[in-house]
Amino acid sequence: MSLGLLGNKIGMTQIFDESGNIIPVTILKVGPCVVTQVKTTLNDGYNAIQVGYGNVSTKSLTQPQLGHLQKSNIQPLKYLKEFRVSDPTNFNVGQVLDVESFVAGQLINVTGKSIGKGFSGLQKRYNFARGPMTHGSKNHRAPGSIGMGTSPGRVLPGKKMAGQLGNKTANIKKLKIVQVNNDENILVVKGAVPGKPGNLLSIVLST
Amino acid sequence: MLNLDNQKAIDNLHQNFIKPDIPKIQIGDTLKLGVKIIEGDKERVQFYEGTVIAKKNSSINTTITVRKVLQGIGIERIFLIHSPKIASIEIIRHAKVRRSKLYYLRNLRGKASRLKQRFE
Repeated sequence: MSLGLLGNKIGMTQIFDESGNIIPVTILKVGPCVVTQVKTTLNDGYNAIQVGYGNVSTKSLTQPQLGHLQKSNIQPLKYLKEFRVSDPTNFNVGQVLDVESFVAGQLINVTGKSIGKGFSGLQKRYNFARGPMTHGSKNHRAPGSIGMGTSPGRVLPGKKMAGQLGNKTANIKKLKIVQVNNDENILVVKGAVPGKPGNLLSIVLST
Repeated sequence: MLNLDNQKAIDNLHQNFIKPDIPKIQIGDTLKLGVKIIEGDKERVQFYEGTVIAKKNSSINTTITVRKVLQGIGIERIFLIHSPKIASIEIIRHAKVRRSKLYYLRNLRGKASRLKQRFE
């Protein structure tokens, strides 16, 4: 596994590529992130780095969180996340990771919480067809049959039904990096990423 | 807390693509646009002449609708004026118009669809 970073979604727009075609892009603010802990097979049973992002005041963290960071002499950070790495010896506690680790043309996976749509019916959640709205029909947005009769006498597991839609971790794979701005810690990727502007995202190189 | 100036970041990205030397296009202007066309591996510029009947101002996505009548059939093309595919924009004449969208020209033909020239 390759290194991962944390960032925020800034917004979408469209720009022109080399051949003059317009491409939809999302702007991400990524890092700078600090390595807060290095986990090794010897100590922890697996290889990983813990990465922190987002400076905050000491007041907004709890004592245990502060203690964890103070152990390695790191400023208070709002978000911590672990990423599996193949070789933890490449990383030191306190090391700063930023967008310089990426170059334009690479592919990344972006994970974040999708926009919450609440408790949704089947038309919205699974693109079911609806019934007729008129001509005496009473089956407007109903689910229809949910299974057979006496045998099996139960609803089969996995049956698509109404429920919570969105507000769930979503992973978008293989987004192409269009532009890297080292000065402002900005990544421009082709395509969309989960959530609204401001959403916390974790960015990992695609393998 | 994290301070994200979202609009500023988007504007900064646009600055790399916005053409600084675009003439001031007004509604009713007659334009001659050079459009780059790729045929196989050759690139050439094709000219398109017509009247601006609408303009959408939106930073990098600013578009103009250019109408012309060819063999009695109206043609409207929408151009992204900041696109690299637009090689040149030349204003041939201005016209005296009283509205920002000249969609009424679609219902007029021949002499009635002329616009009165405005000199600057």
